Amino acid sequence: MERIVQCIADNVVSPLGLDSASNYDSVKSGKSGLKRYDGIAMSLMDRELVESACLENGIPAARFTFFEKMVLLSCIKAVRDSGIDPSSDRVLFVLSTTKGNVSLLGNTAGFPEERVLLGVAARQISDWFGNKNSPLVVCNACISGVCAQIEAMRALMSGRYDYAVVTGADEQSPFIISGFKSFKAVSNDFCRPFDSDRRGLNLGECAATVVLKAADSVQDGWQLLNGAIRNDANHISGPSRTGEGSYLALMEVLRNCTPHHLAFVNVHGTATAYNDEMESIALFRAGLTDVPVTGLKGCYGHTMGAAGIMESILSMYAVMDHTVLATRGFAQQGTTYPVAVSPVNRTTDRRQFIKLLSGFGGCNAALLYRLNG
Amino acid sequence: MEDLKLKYVYIDRQHACVDGVMLEHESQGGAMLSELYRAHIGDWPKFFKMDTLSKVGFLASDLLLKAIGREKPGEEYTSDCAVVLFGTTASLCADRNYQETIQDADNYYPSPALFVYTLPNIVTGEIAIRNRFRGETSFYVVEKADAAQMAFHLACAFDDDVTAGVLAGWVDSRHNDDFQAFFTMVTRDDAKYTDRLAAAIQTIMDNSNI
Repeated sequence: MERIVQCIADNVVSPLGLDSASNYDSVKSGKSGLKRYDGIAMSLMDRELVESACLENGIPAARFTFFEKMVLLSCIKAVRDSGIDPSSDRVLFVLSTTKGNVSLLGNTAGFPEERVLLGVAARQISDWFGNKNSPLVVCNACISGVCAQIEAMRALMSGRYDYAVVTGADEQSPFIISGFKSFKAVSNDFCRPFDSDRRGLNLGECAATVVLKAADSVQDGWQLLNGAIRNDANHISGPSRTGEGSYLALMEVLRNCTPHHLAFVNVHGTATAYNDEMESIALFRAGLTDVPVTGLKGCYGHTMGAAGIMESILSMYAVMDHTVLATRGFAQQGTTYPVAVSPVNRTTDRRQFIKLLSGFGGCNAALLYRLNG
Repeated sequence: MEDLKLKYVYIDRQHACVDGVMLEHESQGGAMLSELYRAHIGDWPKFFKMDTLSKVGFLASDLLLKAIGREKPGEEYTSDCAVVLFGTTASLCADRNYQETIQDADNYYPSPALFVYTLPNIVTGEIAIRNRFRGETSFYVVEKADAAQMAFHLACAFDDDVTAGVLAGWVDSRHNDDFQAFFTMVTRDDAKYTDRLAAAIQTIMDNSNI
């Protein structure tokens, strides 16, 4: 008998709030975490707020890096809300991150050098919960958060695990900021996804967790139906001009649903010229021109390893609230193929959505969710 | 049940081995990679732009595909071959190289050509471009090389119905002259019994000092 995979708990830690509900309320009311720092727009965590939240949760300040603290804060509440025993050997910990503790390369801040290794960082988290299984780190550039959920889904369907704690996070540092600037991909102003005047992305910080559960039959609540990862096989740092990988990933997940059942596609929508143009082509080719499209980068910036998970969680809250969230920063169509994106919140009564991402290395991922019951 | 035997390629700073047969070379470390590229591949000049992790992965994957019967990279795009790689260092080597370019505020020269390689999955993209693979590409970072863990996640890749084979590998690099990799091809049948696949991967690891 085939197992199904459900999402039973979630948490988002971001500049807009330390739990999913406050994040959703902020976004729905039009708030953004983006601010100007030395002339460049970013969405950064308040360091003092993180420290005081760690204190409240009994997380020893000196034992963990800032990156690990964000991860722990997002995990602890999600794990508590799920009611699972995180130390069980039937629980798998999966971490989605692009750069983890890379800021230690510039300054180790007293931590052992090996802490920059992503597997070692992930072990700090699973150790905190007393989990003995080897944690898995998914490091697939900007699509990591969707890939991590897909891999957790597969691990649960195999029968080897009953629960997966899947966290996505990234810390911004001069390493990442200088790199994206060197690519000329960063906008100093607040980003404008899909807009005719879009000028690049903003970087953001976030940690987000979903707790997934394997079940033997369909139950009320959120189900992860089908996910796919596809490569453009075109260029390591530029998206395909024909949206090849995103198109193929979309077509694969659409085998499990028809477009008129979709509340929306939550896109990557980084607000770079190339990404948004590519996504518009992929959506058109996949026959999704009439499906509402929504993007969250105008509220959070590009949160890298967190994006796939945080944006999935916000999408779940939106569907439960019968809402297609506004795409903050968008005003005027600016892609070859028009996409059904809107600057204001809309209503919906549909109960499925697709989360779509693409990233360096030519990778693309799509994941289909359905609200049962 | 008969043991599963997988053809494999192994490369470290001093050795390159194709299915148990050592390739001859004079140099070591990074220079060895270029020497082997010139001797056995030679038609992909982009190789010289790659970072060490990508060079090792590209070389190992190309030698493997040749060893299992590919004449030359396909003309047609295909989605049925996934690329799934594992490692402990991820892009640490590229990270260190890039960090050097931004460490000193007075000598600050961040380079996009270096930065792009600070993502370990770039090597999966390089292999996909070379072979016109449009299937799944994934990079997993783990604490240590563990055959059972790798076999489990390789078997998971076949949950995607499109995937008929996985170009699977281990690739690590701490410095430009310090690296270790093995590559193999796993079919859906090979992945049917995870324990048997794990034993086959363990054999490769035992033969290659990983």
